[in-house]
Amino acid sequence: MLTILFDGIAYGMLLFILAVGLAVTMGLMNFINLAHGAFAMAGGYITVLLMQRLDVPFLVCLPLAFIGAALLGAVLERTLYRPLYHKPHLDQVLFSIGLTFMAVAATDYFMGSTQQIIQLPSFLRGRTELGSGNWILGMGHYRLFIIAVCAALTVALQLVLARTRFGSRLRASVDDQRVAAGLGINVNVVFLTTFAFGSGLAGLGGALGAEVLGLDPIFPLKFMIYFLIVVAVGGTSSITGPLLAALLLGIADVSGKYYIPKLGAFIVYCLMILILVWRPQGLFVRRGGRP
Amino acid sequence: MQKKTMIRAAMAAVLLAASGLGIAQDNKFKIGLILPMTGPFASTGKQIEAAARLYMAQNGDTLAGKKVELMIKDDTGTPDVTKRIAQELVVNDKVSVLAGFGLTPLALATAPIATQSKTPLVVMAAATSSITQASPYVVRTSFALPQASVAMADWAAKNGIKKVVTLVSDYGPGIDAEKFFKERLLFNGGQVPETLRVPLRNPDFAPFLQKVRDAKPDAVFVFVPSGAGSAVMKQFAERGLDKAGIKLIGTGDVTDDDILNGMGDVALGVVTSHHYSAAHPSAANKKFVEAFAKANNNLRPNFMAVGGYDGMRLIYEAAKKTKGAGGDALLAAMKGQIWESPRGPMYIDAQTRDAVHNIYIRKVEKKDGQLYNVEFDVIKDVKDPGKEK
Amino acid sequence: MKSESRFQQSPSPAQQSLLSSRRWRPWEPLLWLAAFALPLLLPAHAFIVNEIAIVALFAISLDMVLGYTGIVSLGHAAFFGMGAYTAALFAKHVMPDPIVGLAVGIAAATVLGAIFSLTIQRGSDLTRLMVTLGAALILLELANKLDWLTGGADGLQGVVMGPLLGRFEFDLSGRTAAWYSLTLLLVLFFLARRLVNSPLGATLKAIRDNRLRAMAIGIPVGSRLSVSYTVAAAMAGAAGALQAQTTGFASLDVFEFQRSADVMLILVVGGTGWLYGGVAGAIVFKLMQDFLSAITPQYWTFWLGLFLVVLVLVGRERLIRPWTWFANGRKT
Repeated sequence: MLTILFDGIAYGMLLFILAVGLAVTMGLMNFINLAHGAFAMAGGYITVLLMQRLDVPFLVCLPLAFIGAALLGAVLERTLYRPLYHKPHLDQVLFSIGLTFMAVAATDYFMGSTQQIIQLPSFLRGRTELGSGNWILGMGHYRLFIIAVCAALTVALQLVLARTRFGSRLRASVDDQRVAAGLGINVNVVFLTTFAFGSGLAGLGGALGAEVLGLDPIFPLKFMIYFLIVVAVGGTSSITGPLLAALLLGIADVSGKYYIPKLGAFIVYCLMILILVWRPQGLFVRRGGRP
Repeated sequence: MQKKTMIRAAMAAVLLAASGLGIAQDNKFKIGLILPMTGPFASTGKQIEAAARLYMAQNGDTLAGKKVELMIKDDTGTPDVTKRIAQELVVNDKVSVLAGFGLTPLALATAPIATQSKTPLVVMAAATSSITQASPYVVRTSFALPQASVAMADWAAKNGIKKVVTLVSDYGPGIDAEKFFKERLLFNGGQVPETLRVPLRNPDFAPFLQKVRDAKPDAVFVFVPSGAGSAVMKQFAERGLDKAGIKLIGTGDVTDDDILNGMGDVALGVVTSHHYSAAHPSAANKKFVEAFAKANNNLRPNFMAVGGYDGMRLIYEAAKKTKGAGGDALLAAMKGQIWESPRGPMYIDAQTRDAVHNIYIRKVEKKDGQLYNVEFDVIKDVKDPGKEK
Repeated sequence: MKSESRFQQSPSPAQQSLLSSRRWRPWEPLLWLAAFALPLLLPAHAFIVNEIAIVALFAISLDMVLGYTGIVSLGHAAFFGMGAYTAALFAKHVMPDPIVGLAVGIAAATVLGAIFSLTIQRGSDLTRLMVTLGAALILLELANKLDWLTGGADGLQGVVMGPLLGRFEFDLSGRTAAWYSLTLLLVLFFLARRLVNSPLGATLKAIRDNRLRAMAIGIPVGSRLSVSYTVAAAMAGAAGALQAQTTGFASLDVFEFQRSADVMLILVVGGTGWLYGGVAGAIVFKLMQDFLSAITPQYWTFWLGLFLVVLVLVGRERLIRPWTWFANGRKT
């Protein structure tokens, strides 16, 4: 049972890293970006290419995946996304779905449709077992690694938001964009940086997740639903909201599949609907924030 | 108001243009190849397309004086699209034979059309036993899961594997594989304490493999569709099942040649049963593998490709016999054909219209730095046990 | 449709403009005649006409909730699938008559719509998006688990439809199917049009435009939302039943996210809040899909995605007016 809990936490943290960028951009720019998964996929494929073609070690690939996806995000934000901020949500949905289709087909063309396999370095491949009998905790080293990296990133994000000037500018822009601009905050730069950062995190998540979630050209379409669940349930006005939502989702999903395999994913969706009907703004929403 | 009229005009124009294209050409032998070229099973579509084109390149594109036209259509792996495309191919383009069908539901959905229009339907990939019974016009060149599962159950019993947990994908072929393996193993005196089924789309093997581990069997018998094997292998190693002494056995779809080499050393020693391995030591296979790799950027052919290649051979030879005619004559010419395929000797059973071939037991070994399924045992001329009941 | 006879004098301009939206434009009967003539004039394309009619009906049903009531739904396939499976199961186990099966399918979808309308009462756009999505996915899982009933991932086999009205067989040419779907499309279109141009429809539009204000003037928002959602569910169920009956098959992908997403795209491309939007979008989308996938069977989604991106960047309104594409500095 503990092993399942452990696996669920690892899965949840990974989902959090993947989805936090989406939560922040949705809260900040009020832009429904369904193409978020494409940035994650980009990070994953960058890692695969670097490891397979250039023999770059895995740990070095991770920051490179982050940077690559962030750059891609910055370029797209400046050129394609910015003109669309004030368009109705439906237009944004259309646009981002179109972008996703293009990304999926292009990746299929260049990389083929099979699942990409990453060879992890040997120190990440082991497994440690603690305890005995019913209380065995089996921890795969890779999942331990994921939890460690994601926890560190979460702490760092929280610090940036709470302690730095950029963080306070970001929070101001999320709360009320017009007033923030009126105070002299360069909202465009805030948007650009945040979007790039969010996409970078997604790329990092994609690279980390390639081993656990699988990486193929239809990755964005498969996992978009999970990201949306995290954002909807967690709310878009804080970081802890999506974090808790992601952990909840991860644990529920993994336990559901283990204990009641017949019902698996069913449980996740029911849970989500119940939560949203009970608390439509998301579980963890700050008072006074924009919905 | 202007917007609406212009849309109307555009629509009418396009329809008129499209109708011009729809006029069928005479004096061609048309083969309608319906494959999942996009979606989660796109790798199957790619392999079969490559094999079909290879066969045409090697054997020319004229049959009994008619030019052969291979019409390749993407059904995105969705059954109602497959059915619609098949209907259009049969009624509009007047194809003489339908082929392809990457998954069981796609073949099953299209079977009524084959019956209604009296068009032979060659199944090159799907593997559930009941497909050939869905219509008297269905002929299969791929294989049937029970053939491989029963062989595996026999081998397991003979090699000291008594307690097995089965893990299959939850759809036709998976259920076939599970049912026949379990029956055979129980018949041979073994036990199957648990039968686990994983959803077909978006599978997550981790919790299921954890359950396998907790059940502490001698081995886990796995069936997943072509291409999903690497996820299973990864999770198998990560959960520590190999260290816990649990062997991985299954049908050859798990160690699919398409992805085997990328799996890494964790796949070494895995024993599977299947009808085709790219390492099959015959002259015909060597030629096939080399030609395939040359034409497709060093891609290794897998059992899907061989199903496509043999399917084309079946169609060509039958058409030669009927001098390009289709319908019932073509179907009759397909039944009972016997030839040397890259997989080994095979024939089409005249009664069941299913492929009868050898099933090999293979182990994953390294040859020339690459991973291959090396055959070490063979059961000859296996008919589909699913039909012998 | 003539103006109400209780107006003694001729209607004022304001009344006239309100009433004019109800009237049939002269080109509309021509359009429908042309549509019905298509299976006769272009018999090779009867299937795609059938498919377009079904998708158009589905899109119009989504327009009811999205365009006229402002409910963003990514799970409309739930009702489509419900109608499809009910009709297929009915034909297989009870009675192969198409019309009765259609009625049963619609009834099932309506009941489902009434139940689900309880979940979309509160929350923001995103909440409703997720709730509707979740509902459709739950049905997908249910259909998968109850595979003794639905055939699971292999789909429901052995559905043989009886002849329509006792005389017209569903044959390989697809003509009966096309006319069946077109007739139903016309009937439901007519009904939908009556609905949205009625006082009830006006309240729906009010709710879409400004819910708070609608509440302030006493419109019972909750019950209107439910009514709109249920009616839309019934229409979507009709589309689903049509699909199952004309193809003789039902499988899990009637519930999939892809289907809900596709119909939303179709509606948005054609234009929301205007019933013909569903029809226009269906025609453009399906034809484009067919055309593209004949050219490049594997990578056609790329060109579709490109089309969508360009469409949004250029502005949906401007797509049909090429002369505005290069007009700089002017607001459309």
